[in-house]
Amino acid sequence: MNKNPFKAKKYATAKFNRVSIAEDPLQKEEERPNVPQGIMTKCPKCGKVIYTKLLLKNFKMCDECGTHFKVSAYERIIMLLDEGEIIEYDKQLTTKNPLDFPGYSDKLIKLQTQTGLVDGLVTGKGQIEGFPVMLAVMDPAFLMGSMGTAIGEKLTRTFERAMKECLPVIIFTASGGARMQEGIFSLMQMAKVSAAVAKHSEAGLLYITVLTDPTTGGVTASFAMLGDIILAEPGALIGFAGPRVIEQTIGQKLPHGFQRAEFLFEHGFVDKIVPRNHMKHTLGTLLRMHGDEYKL
Amino acid sequence: MPKGQMEGIVEITPWQKVKLARMPQRPTGLDYIERIFEDFIELHGDRYYGDDHAIVSGVAFLGKQPVTVIAQQKGRTTKENIARNFSMPHPEGYRKALRLMKQAEKFHRPIICFIDTPGAYCGLGAEERGQGEAIASNLAQMMLLKTPIISIVISEGGSGGALALGVADKVYMLEHAVYSILSPEGFATILYKDSSRAEEAAQDMKLTAQDLKQFGIIDGIIAEPQGGAHNDLQKMALDIKEIIETDLQQLIQLPMDTLLEDRYQKYRKI
Repeated sequence: MNKNPFKAKKYATAKFNRVSIAEDPLQKEEERPNVPQGIMTKCPKCGKVIYTKLLLKNFKMCDECGTHFKVSAYERIIMLLDEGEIIEYDKQLTTKNPLDFPGYSDKLIKLQTQTGLVDGLVTGKGQIEGFPVMLAVMDPAFLMGSMGTAIGEKLTRTFERAMKECLPVIIFTASGGARMQEGIFSLMQMAKVSAAVAKHSEAGLLYITVLTDPTTGGVTASFAMLGDIILAEPGALIGFAGPRVIEQTIGQKLPHGFQRAEFLFEHGFVDKIVPRNHMKHTLGTLLRMHGDEYKL
Repeated sequence: MPKGQMEGIVEITPWQKVKLARMPQRPTGLDYIERIFEDFIELHGDRYYGDDHAIVSGVAFLGKQPVTVIAQQKGRTTKENIARNFSMPHPEGYRKALRLMKQAEKFHRPIICFIDTPGAYCGLGAEERGQGEAIASNLAQMMLLKTPIISIVISEGGSGGALALGVADKVYMLEHAVYSILSPEGFATILYKDSSRAEEAAQDMKLTAQDLKQFGIIDGIIAEPQGGAHNDLQKMALDIKEIIETDLQQLIQLPMDTLLEDRYQKYRKI
């Protein structure tokens, strides 16, 4: 954690500019005209105006109140993996619109152009503090990180590859749930990915999930909750049903802090809440403890 | 397997099927349990928190074969439905189901599931007690259970709440049952920003038994009596029984590795 990952040259590449702070939805508030584009970022919670460069150095956490800003999948990878390097798999894997849902194919193309992502998940192999790991990171910028057939397939392959190479899997979840536009096919991805998790687990391999804001619906109800160890970022919204759906169902306002990471922690569904600046070292330590040399 | 796809009823629209599946006269899990199995003994509770009345489960004989039966249970009347929470299970329902499934594995009993739910319940308690974790555990554990599993969607298969009883070696739907990622109303709210467009959603979602069979997501359709299952419950139950018996005969003979690998591949290819 001593090395500052943001000094790595990689950060300046074009890929990142596409999902740069200037486009961060947090910035599209009324405050925007007051702040020179991209140079400063305002914390949505405490209102502190932070140098964007400083924010990036600080893992996109507000140095005043600790609020965790949303990060893209590639930003996450830079923060996490040694040298920010990933051998990416299935980068071009995309969905075929299995329901032939009206307008969906066009929407995908538009999103792909906007985000520079093919779908809402990046998978690959890398190292954390010297320990090799299969990593999957969801990107909420792509249709809320919702899981359709492309994401389901990539995740399944991640576990299958990990089994072949006897590697642990770490998944960072950020998703609104199963992708509506792929209907029953999305629902079935929950079973498919859970099956792969189960097999990986039977092989005695480690699986860690890190729940980030937001993790809901079919993702919570499948692989997100199946980790041997479940970590969460502070303040992340985590639940099965979204808060609005629950409010409509029960006809009352939800209590403060309901479905936040701390709430799940209190109810026994999260092992540990880890601030983003401690994530790499925490994961590195866990990986070290599960190394082959310690197996009895 | 779908003997005689009734010509006369092919005209039914997806939305009409949704309505048919939700009709109060529509036979429920217990209606079928009574008629298909003998000596059913209901077993209660998840051993952690409570007993969820939205899921009925227990042991019974199917002919000479002991089986574990698990059904999501709707009520006929409002009073019954309130007691059954409109067949929307809480986490303890799914945990009860998993407990009985593990018990079935221990005693080498096949498992039969009847799916009929609008979805898993969305509420404070359900979230506090880990609805997501409960469903996820069922999905992962059912994949590993060393005993044959058959699931039948008898009316409504709503979302992850249905899938949590739907990871099986054979999955069937009754001819007019529906199975979808979300209710058409919910789907319309999310994608069309208008819940009144549910009929259109039902069309676009492709949620009928016929759609799912064509997609290769289910193994077969069980034909219903003319006009729907409620018109001849006895016959409907017998037809379901016949299919369960035929399938079990085959599944029981498979080596365990083959059974589990086939189950994995069934979902792997979707």
